[in-house]
Amino acid sequence: MAVGRTGRYLLRACMLAGLPAVLAACEGRQSALDAAGAAARDILVTGWALFVGGTVIFLAVMGLALYAALARPERFPGRLSWVVGGGLLFPVVTLTALQIHEFGLARRLAVLAPDPALVVEVTGVMWWWDVRYHADGADPVRGANEIVLPAGRPVELRVTSADVIHSFWVPSLAGKIDMIPGHVNRLPVVAERPGLYRGQCAEYCGAQHALMAFDVRVLPAGEFDAWLAARRRPPPEPATPELARGRDAFFAVGCHACHAVHGTAADGLVGPDLSGIGARPSLAAGTLPNRVETIAAWIQAAQHIKPESRMPSFDVMDGDTLHAMAAWLESLK
Amino acid sequence: MSVNPTGGRDGMPSPLPRPAGEETALRRVWRMPRGLSLLTELNNNIVGVWYIGTALLFFAVAGLLALVMRVQLAVPENGLLDHGTYNQFFTVHGTGMMFLFAVPIVEAIGVYMLPAMLAARDLPFPRLSAFAFWAYFFGGVAFFCSLVFDAAPDGGWFMYPPLTSYEFSPGINADFWLLGIGFIEISAIAGAIEIVVGILRTRPPGMTLDKLPIYAWSMLVMAGMIIFAFPAVIVATGLLEIERAFHWPFFIAAKGGDPLLWQHLFWFFGHPEVYIIFLPAAGLVSMMVPTLARRPLVGHNWVVLALVGTGFFSFGLWVHHMFATGIPSLSLSFFSAASMAVAVPSGIQVFAWIATLGAGRVQWTAAAHFLFGFLFIFVLGGLTGVMVAVVPFDWQVHDSYFIVAHLHYVLIGGMVFPVFAGLYHWWPTLNGRLLSERLGRWAFWLMFVGFNVAFFPMHLSGLLGMPRRVYTYPGDLGWNVLNLVSTVGAFVLALGVLLVFADMARSAFGGGRKSPPNPWNAGTLEWLPNENYATRSIPHVTGLYPLWDNPDLPREVAEGAHFLPGAPTGRRETIVTSPIEAKPQYLMPLPGPHWAHFLAGLFTAAHFLCLTVQWYYASLVPAVLAVAMVMWWLWELDKGADSPPQDVGGGWRVPVYVQGPANHSWWAMVVLLLVDGTAFACLVFTYVFLWTVSPDVWPQAGQLAALPGLPWLAGGLALWGLSALAIGWARRSVDRNRHGGVRLGLGLAWIAMVAGVVVDAWAQIGTGLSGSASAYGAITYMLVGWQGFHVGVMTLMLGYTLARSLAGLLHAERRVTLDNTMLMGWYSAAQGGAALLLLHLFPRLAI
Repeated sequence: MAVGRTGRYLLRACMLAGLPAVLAACEGRQSALDAAGAAARDILVTGWALFVGGTVIFLAVMGLALYAALARPERFPGRLSWVVGGGLLFPVVTLTALQIHEFGLARRLAVLAPDPALVVEVTGVMWWWDVRYHADGADPVRGANEIVLPAGRPVELRVTSADVIHSFWVPSLAGKIDMIPGHVNRLPVVAERPGLYRGQCAEYCGAQHALMAFDVRVLPAGEFDAWLAARRRPPPEPATPELARGRDAFFAVGCHACHAVHGTAADGLVGPDLSGIGARPSLAAGTLPNRVETIAAWIQAAQHIKPESRMPSFDVMDGDTLHAMAAWLESLK
Repeated sequence: MSVNPTGGRDGMPSPLPRPAGEETALRRVWRMPRGLSLLTELNNNIVGVWYIGTALLFFAVAGLLALVMRVQLAVPENGLLDHGTYNQFFTVHGTGMMFLFAVPIVEAIGVYMLPAMLAARDLPFPRLSAFAFWAYFFGGVAFFCSLVFDAAPDGGWFMYPPLTSYEFSPGINADFWLLGIGFIEISAIAGAIEIVVGILRTRPPGMTLDKLPIYAWSMLVMAGMIIFAFPAVIVATGLLEIERAFHWPFFIAAKGGDPLLWQHLFWFFGHPEVYIIFLPAAGLVSMMVPTLARRPLVGHNWVVLALVGTGFFSFGLWVHHMFATGIPSLSLSFFSAASMAVAVPSGIQVFAWIATLGAGRVQWTAAAHFLFGFLFIFVLGGLTGVMVAVVPFDWQVHDSYFIVAHLHYVLIGGMVFPVFAGLYHWWPTLNGRLLSERLGRWAFWLMFVGFNVAFFPMHLSGLLGMPRRVYTYPGDLGWNVLNLVSTVGAFVLALGVLLVFADMARSAFGGGRKSPPNPWNAGTLEWLPNENYATRSIPHVTGLYPLWDNPDLPREVAEGAHFLPGAPTGRRETIVTSPIEAKPQYLMPLPGPHWAHFLAGLFTAAHFLCLTVQWYYASLVPAVLAVAMVMWWLWELDKGADSPPQDVGGGWRVPVYVQGPANHSWWAMVVLLLVDGTAFACLVFTYVFLWTVSPDVWPQAGQLAALPGLPWLAGGLALWGLSALAIGWARRSVDRNRHGGVRLGLGLAWIAMVAGVVVDAWAQIGTGLSGSASAYGAITYMLVGWQGFHVGVMTLMLGYTLARSLAGLLHAERRVTLDNTMLMGWYSAAQGGAALLLLHLFPRLAI
């Protein structure tokens, strides 16, 4: 039995090693176990019921199997009644109950945002996220790689894809929904707790599927309205000569052919919209933290950081110009 | 004619003692060729072993890829593998495990074990299974080699378009998948036909269906599932390959196609696939548990019903892989209910095993350890399976590491552990030696602990938001420790597998203890004394556990006291019995060693390889050679009644040749037509599905001129009808030995078929319809092309039959070849008519 004991020790050691990590990690920006939205919370409650019920059934079946193997035959009554009772009746009853519960849950989730004042259109592109806010019947506000939502208000997300299949997933807020060319899928969400969350593409979409994430900023409803209003205004003129130089370099290098900055002459549609990029928590679809240095690094070496992305590496500028351009972008808030 | 029960020695089917020289003759007929000629052998005892060995080899290669991936994921932002290599690795790992290991090994075990369990001398089409093996072997090796040339597929084992279509995957990587796997699917279908006919027609006398061992039931259901599931994926791969080659937009939304079409077809195959893998393993468990508990299986009939039920339900839940695609929630509820319902038959089996263990005293062998490991892992995987059947819960965990954990629990737990238990259990039937029980226990604990340490944490990393198929991840999301633990576990698991391989190698080179004839005291026929010719005589079976019912049976069988104790016609042969009652019907000659099937397998693989690397003209050479090899092997079959009826024992004097519906190849042809009909149904589904998605690319009201006129329909129908009548005429003429009529009928049928497909195509081309402009054009020409493919097949079959007739090998008493051609011809004509009606009437009615 030496092996058996070793096995048990190993198992226990791993459990001990894993436990603190588990406890620490349940809270997280991208965790289905740390719900911050109505749908995620509702699903999590059902999830806990499933985990507990599943554990009880698992232990009971394993206990029974062990007893069956170890006990003398005359101390194990029943035979066929186990097959009928355990294999047929018990699952039929429990699964029927589960099915009824599920039906109710799915209906609740479908009508979370019956008449939304805000519709956010999200398009998956290899490998970033194009975002458009539709509210108050005004012109849509465009953004990228970040979704800002008002806490407590129902919002409808309308998702689709510009190329291959992606999947939209913010575990803290709701389950995922696929983004399929030719289809527009709807995901109603109600974000309940202001904070910073993270979403990630959940359908394999080619080379850089792993580096296709985005941030979700949930703001108190009032702050959200202010944010949206600010997004409709043009950015202030550069405050320093360096920033002005950075802006001029942006146009001189031709960044505006692909990128748009609201309120300037830059109106490219191919790449992510850069309006207010300085306020975003991350860069390049969740690939880098957002600072002047990382913006510069991204412009200079995008193909090294995220090979095969559509962003070329612009390693033709001198260091000062590059830094100025990064600083100007970072100043767009 | 009556069968004597095997009560006493006087009532034996064959009188004792047997004539001198009978056994020597039998042994000579079944002798294995030596040296290089061993490659020509097709006896299931050797082909089955090659087949299992190759599958285990591919398992090891795909497993090594997984280890490298686990090293890459051990720490965040690791630079060991770049994104391209990682994407190729996970694609080849998944594809290799599913298509090159899991399905082949369950079929391989069937090839090895079914004849023994049914005490047949071989499966009914040994050359077909040998061909399927060689095609699989060469194809599989080429598939894995694509990694070395950086040309391996990188679109995931599920190959979702549009990512895998020409726009986003212009290289040949995706073609390796589509052609390689499409080709291996064909080998799987060949195996399934073999298994169905083998189980239904080569059982030992007395083994009525209610005495069929559970394992054979599981293989029968599994083969039935292959017949109805695999055509869907063959059609899907065909459509995608054609979209890549000719830009016909089946999956391109902008032109009326739909990416979801692929998912429906793929998962209509992909979900039954899981049970295709699991059911045979469950069948193995249902054989081992009674042996280890020394008690008959509790609830035998319930388990049979559960197997059939699983096969049935498994076709109703493909959408549970598509819960997040935005399908309306009412239809999701239906598929969710079906997904839960399929848990019931698994539950019945689990409790039948537990009750059997409870009814007996368990022998704690290495195999028993693996079975307990199986029960633990599989039940856990089944419970997480119920969780993901809950649609909203699935929205969270779908395509996350939770699913990675779940699928490995059901596949490794449900299939690998039973197969490894089976290796330890049945190894003595292979070389008369036992694997080491001690090493087996070590291997079990390493595999069991390693598996759980590797995969249990993945449930959690998935819930913490880690998606599947990522080559890297940031270090601040709480996934680091879990991933490191998983990597450690993966290596422990691999160490256990390595130990089993080492033990097998040791035994193969003559190490290990010699086994008693029936080491675990099992009750079924595979433990009878067995040589290259299988058992000396084929026992009369009276129960589910013949060796428990009659402990003298091994001796009786070895002495030749039962059926067919020799080789009366002087060649390899086995008894064909009736499908339900298992009464002897005739003595089927079996082919012997030959180069044709080996070379056919080689050339078929070479043909597909040429297609993959786009050497289209060069690919014709191996294609022609492969067809020639098949013709060569066929020419020697269908020998007619070349010897008088033979006494096989028990008072049964049976013919050596029968024609019509009792013939085994008639059955195989009918099964093949079921496959073919399913593929056609998938194309019809595609047509209607694409129309519901994009009716706007179909001809609109007022555009009737865009459709070919109805005379084209009438002309086409007349030609297909004429071809069917001409074949019928040939069939009637052969009965009267009017050879002119036979040849005229065959020729006329061919002309009508070629004219039929030309008319079908011309009608569409005449309207100016383009295959690449819209999904409507694409599927229209696809249906015409599918019919063209059948005309190509019919050209070969009609030409071959005509050649048989001209060579004087076709007459009233020798017409199985013509019967087969007739079945295929009638099917093709009916399909041609159905396709025409769809193409001409549907657009008119749908306006």
